[in-house]
Amino acid sequence: MISCSINGIKVQAEEGSTILEVAQMYGIDIPTLCYHHDLTPYGACRLCMVEVDEGKRTKIVASCLYPVKEGLKTRTHTEKLIKGRKLILELLLARCPSSKVLQDLASKMGVEKIRFNMENDDCILCGLCVRMCAEQMGSGAVGFVGRGQKREVATPFHAASDICRNCGACMYICPAVNLQCRGVKHPGDLCNSCLVITPQCIEKYGQVTCTIESCGACVQKEKK
Amino acid sequence: MTNAQSPVEPMPEYDTVDQIVERNNCKRSALISILQEIESVYNYLPTWALRRVSEKLGVPLIQVCGVASFYDAFHLTPQGEHLVRVCLGTACYLKGGSRVLESVEKELGTKDGETTSDLKFSVHSVRCLGACALAPVMVIGQQYFDKMMPMKVNKILKQVQSRSGKDQE
Amino acid sequence: MGKIKNKQALEALQKTLLQQRDPNKPCVRVCVGTGCRARGSLNVIKSFEDEVKKQGLASKADIKQTGCHGFCEKGPVVVMGPEEVFYSRVESADIPEIVSETLLNGRVVDRLLYAEPVTGHKSVHEYDIPFYKKQTRRILLNNGKIDPTNILHYVAVGGYLALAKAVTGMSSEEVIGVIEKSGLRGLGGAGFPTGRKWRSTRDAVGDMKFVVGNGDEGDPGAFSDRSLMEANPHSILEGMTIGAYAIGANRGFLYVRAEYPLALKHLQIAIEQSKEYGFLGDDIFASGFSFNVDIARGGGAFVCGESSALVASIEGKMGEPRAKYIHTVEKGLWNKPTNLNNVKTWASVPLIINNGANWYSQIGTKESKGTAVFSLVGKINNTGLVEVSMGTPLRRIVYDVGGGILGNKKLKAVQTGGPSGGCIPEELLNLPVDFDELNKAGSMMGSGGMIVMDENTCMVDVARYFLDFLQYESCGKCVPCREGIKRMLEITTNITKGQGKKEDMDLLQEMAETIRDFSLCGLGQTAPNTVLSTLRYFRKEYEAHVIEKRCPAGVCKALIQYTILKEKCTGCGACKALCPSQAIQGEPKKTHIIDLSKCVKCNTCQDVCKFEAVAVKQKVG
Repeated sequence: MISCSINGIKVQAEEGSTILEVAQMYGIDIPTLCYHHDLTPYGACRLCMVEVDEGKRTKIVASCLYPVKEGLKTRTHTEKLIKGRKLILELLLARCPSSKVLQDLASKMGVEKIRFNMENDDCILCGLCVRMCAEQMGSGAVGFVGRGQKREVATPFHAASDICRNCGACMYICPAVNLQCRGVKHPGDLCNSCLVITPQCIEKYGQVTCTIESCGACVQKEKK
Repeated sequence: MTNAQSPVEPMPEYDTVDQIVERNNCKRSALISILQEIESVYNYLPTWALRRVSEKLGVPLIQVCGVASFYDAFHLTPQGEHLVRVCLGTACYLKGGSRVLESVEKELGTKDGETTSDLKFSVHSVRCLGACALAPVMVIGQQYFDKMMPMKVNKILKQVQSRSGKDQE
Repeated sequence: MGKIKNKQALEALQKTLLQQRDPNKPCVRVCVGTGCRARGSLNVIKSFEDEVKKQGLASKADIKQTGCHGFCEKGPVVVMGPEEVFYSRVESADIPEIVSETLLNGRVVDRLLYAEPVTGHKSVHEYDIPFYKKQTRRILLNNGKIDPTNILHYVAVGGYLALAKAVTGMSSEEVIGVIEKSGLRGLGGAGFPTGRKWRSTRDAVGDMKFVVGNGDEGDPGAFSDRSLMEANPHSILEGMTIGAYAIGANRGFLYVRAEYPLALKHLQIAIEQSKEYGFLGDDIFASGFSFNVDIARGGGAFVCGESSALVASIEGKMGEPRAKYIHTVEKGLWNKPTNLNNVKTWASVPLIINNGANWYSQIGTKESKGTAVFSLVGKINNTGLVEVSMGTPLRRIVYDVGGGILGNKKLKAVQTGGPSGGCIPEELLNLPVDFDELNKAGSMMGSGGMIVMDENTCMVDVARYFLDFLQYESCGKCVPCREGIKRMLEITTNITKGQGKKEDMDLLQEMAETIRDFSLCGLGQTAPNTVLSTLRYFRKEYEAHVIEKRCPAGVCKALIQYTILKEKCTGCGACKALCPSQAIQGEPKKTHIIDLSKCVKCNTCQDVCKFEAVAVKQKVG
C-alpha cells in the first residue's frame, strides 16, 4: 500500500491506482466528464486536473491518469483549478448548451455566464462512446477521425456500419445527448435550475465526508 | 470524408495495393508510408484502397480511416493534375503570402483545400516548406516560384496549364 | 570498397583521401539545397559541367554539389575553391565568364560578389563576408563544403572517427559522462539536458531500447533541420549511433517530415552508404555493437514534432500526444525506453566526442553551453541560417550577422520559438540568446526560428496568425487546446476586424493561463505564449484596435484604406493596369484615384508603384 495525502488528509492507496480512483474511494469529489470507472481513462476533458507536489515543483496533472506515489501531496480544489474548470465548462457549453450533464456541472461549479459565441453541436468529443463500443461491447464500430476542428466521432466513411449491433450503449453513455436540458430558452442562457442539491458523499456514505477542505460539491443555490 | 458512393471512384486495383503493403513488410507501423505510396499512385486515397489496407494489415478499418484523415499528406477526394501550394509560413505570411493565396483562389475560382471542377488544379495553403529566403513562396508540382506577388499569379497559372501533359516537373 | 573493420582502417582511409586531394586544385562548389535549387542551381551545375568540358578543363577542376550553405538570400550560391571566392545569385548565363575569369585566370567577377546592404562594400572571400565571419559555425561547419551524397567527403573531414573512438575505446558510462559534462541541451525545443536524458534512458528497464532523431521541424520560418539533413546527413547518423551505443539501443528511427523530399533522399543515400562501409549494421568497428536505423516519414502534422505524438506516428497511428506522466525515456516506442533528440542535437555529439566536453562548454553562458542555430527570416536583409555562441545578444544577430532591417525600416520585434514562442520587443534587443533568458522574457529557444518584424507588422495580427496555425494543427483531443485556441482565435480575429470589446484583453489573459496549465501536451501548453507576450509588450496596439478601431501598423484590412497621394502620383497608369478589381481610375499623366468600394486591399498598387505614391491610411467611416 502507498501512503500519500489529498487535501491534507492522509490516504492509503493500492499501487497502480490513479489519484482519481483514490479520491473517489475517500468520497472526495473531483469533477469528471470523459471518465468512466469501467472504461480506460482518456484524459481529454481536463476537468479532473489536480495540483501535485513533486519535490520542489508543483504540477497540474489529470487525476484520472496520474499514478499515486509514496508521499505524493495532492490538492483537488485550489483557486487555479476551480478557475480552470469553470473555463473548461464554459467552453464546452458554448459548443453544446443543450446537455443536461454539462448544465448540471456548470451549476455545481458556479458558472453563470458564457462569454463565447454559442453553437449547437451535439458532441463534445469526450470519447466515451468510442471506448464503450470497443472495450465493453467488443465492437469498435465507431472511432475518431479528423484532426483539430475537424475531429469527430464517426463510422468508416460515415457509412452505415456492418459491425454495429444497435445495442445503444453509445447513446446510453453519452453526456451530451443522453439527457437534454429543457431549461435553456435563449442563446447564452445557463439553466442553473436543476442543481444537484445533494452532495455525492451523503448519497454514498450517509454523511458528509470532506473534512478539512471543501470539495465544492455542496454548493447550494436558490432555485430560479 | 468522402461519401461511400462517390461517382468518381474507379475500379479497385487490389494487386497494386497488395504489392505496396507487401513491399512494406505488411507492418502496421508502415501504415503512413503505405498510404503515401497509394496516394502517389492514385492522387488520393480511394475508399476501396483503405478497405484493402485494413484487411491486409489486420488493422480495424476505423483506425485506418483515422490515420488517413489526420495527416495533411492524405486526401480523400481526387486531387487536381497540378497541386498548387501557397506557403503561409510566418516569413511568407509577413511578406504577403495570404494575398497571393487570395489571388490564386480568385484566378482558379476555387477555395483553399479544394480542387477545380475540371480536376486541373488543387489549391492548398501550407505552413512552411523551409524555403523562407524565397518568401513569399508558391510551389506547383515540384516547381518553386519565389518572391510571389498577386500580379504574377495569372501568368504562372497560364504557363503551367499550357505545359500540361508535356513535361510536368 | 568493403566495410571499414576497425579504427585504424578508418584513419588510413582518411589519410589516403587527404593525400589524393590536391589543395591547390580549383574546385567549384554549387549549393543544391532546397532554397538554391528552387532558384535553378541544378541548371548552374549543369552549365559548369558543360562549360568545363567545352574548354577542356575537366581534369583540371572539380565540380562539387553541396548542401545548403545557409545564406539562402543570396542563392544560387557558388564558392570557388581553394580561394573561397563567394558568388551570389549565380545564373547559367554567368558561367562562361566565371570559368574563363576565375577558374582559368584567377580573376574575380565583381558583379557577382556579395555586397553589404547598407554600405555596398564588397567581400571576395566567403570567410570575409560579415554574415559568415560573425558566426561560430560548428554544427553547420561542413554544410556547403562536402557533397552530402558522397560518404567519402564526410570521412575526409574526419567523419566517423568519433564513432570509432566511442565504440572501441570508451565505455557507455564514459560517453554519457562526456555529454553530461559538455552541458549539451536539446536543440529542438525545450532544451532538456541531453546527458541526463541519455542516462535516464540507459537506466530504464526494457528488453529493447530505441533512439529517435526528430527531423519534423514543423515551426514555420525554421529550416535549420532541413538544411542539416540535406547538407550533412552523416553527422546526424554518427551522433545517433554513438548515442545508441551509450544508451544500449540497437534500433533507431529518423523521423523526417514529408515536406522535405530532398532531406529524405539524402538521408536514405547516407544510410545506404553508411551500411556499405560498416558504420551502420552489425559489429561496428568490430566492437560487438550493432545498430540499424530506419527512416520514418511524417504524414504532415505539426503536432508530430511533439515526442509522444511522434512516437504514435512511427507506430502507424494518428499523431495524438499522450500525457507524459510516464516519460518517453521509460515507455516510448511500443512501450520501450526511447531516447528522442532533435537532429541538431545528434549532430553535436560527434563534435563533442572528438573535441571534448571542455571545448564544447568553453563558449556559451552558465546554463546554456555551446552554440545555437537560428533560421533568421522575415524583414531582414540577410535571410539565412545563423550559428552563434549561446549568450550572443539578439542585437548582434539582427544587425551584424543579419545586416539590419529590410528597406531600412524600423525593427519592432523578434519572434523566437515558433508558434510556441513569443515576441521580444526592440527595447529588449540586448537580450543574450540563452534558454533561460528567452524563457524569462516570455519566449523560448524552440527549434531556432527567428522572425524579424518591422514597423509594418501588426502584433495583434501576429498573435491571430499563430493561433490560426495552432488551431489548424491541434490534434483536437483535449478541450482547453481545441476549444480554447478556437475562441482565442475568434476574439483576436474580431479585434483585427475592429469588432473587439474592451473586456477582450482580460478575457484573453484569463484564457491563456488556463490553456497553458490544463492542456494535455506542449502544443496547447505553449499556444497562449504569443498572445501573452504580445499583450505584455504591445498592449497599446491591442488598445488601439479595440478602442480607436485603428491598426497602427497599417495591416488589418478592415481598419485601413488605400489612397493615392496627389503630390507623388505621375499618372503612369501602372497601378490601374494591374488592379485585379479595376478599382483605379485616371487619365494618363493625371492623378489616379482608388474607388474604395471596389478595392480589395491586395497591395498590388503599392507593390508596383515606383513613386511611392500609394499610401495606407486609417479607415475613415
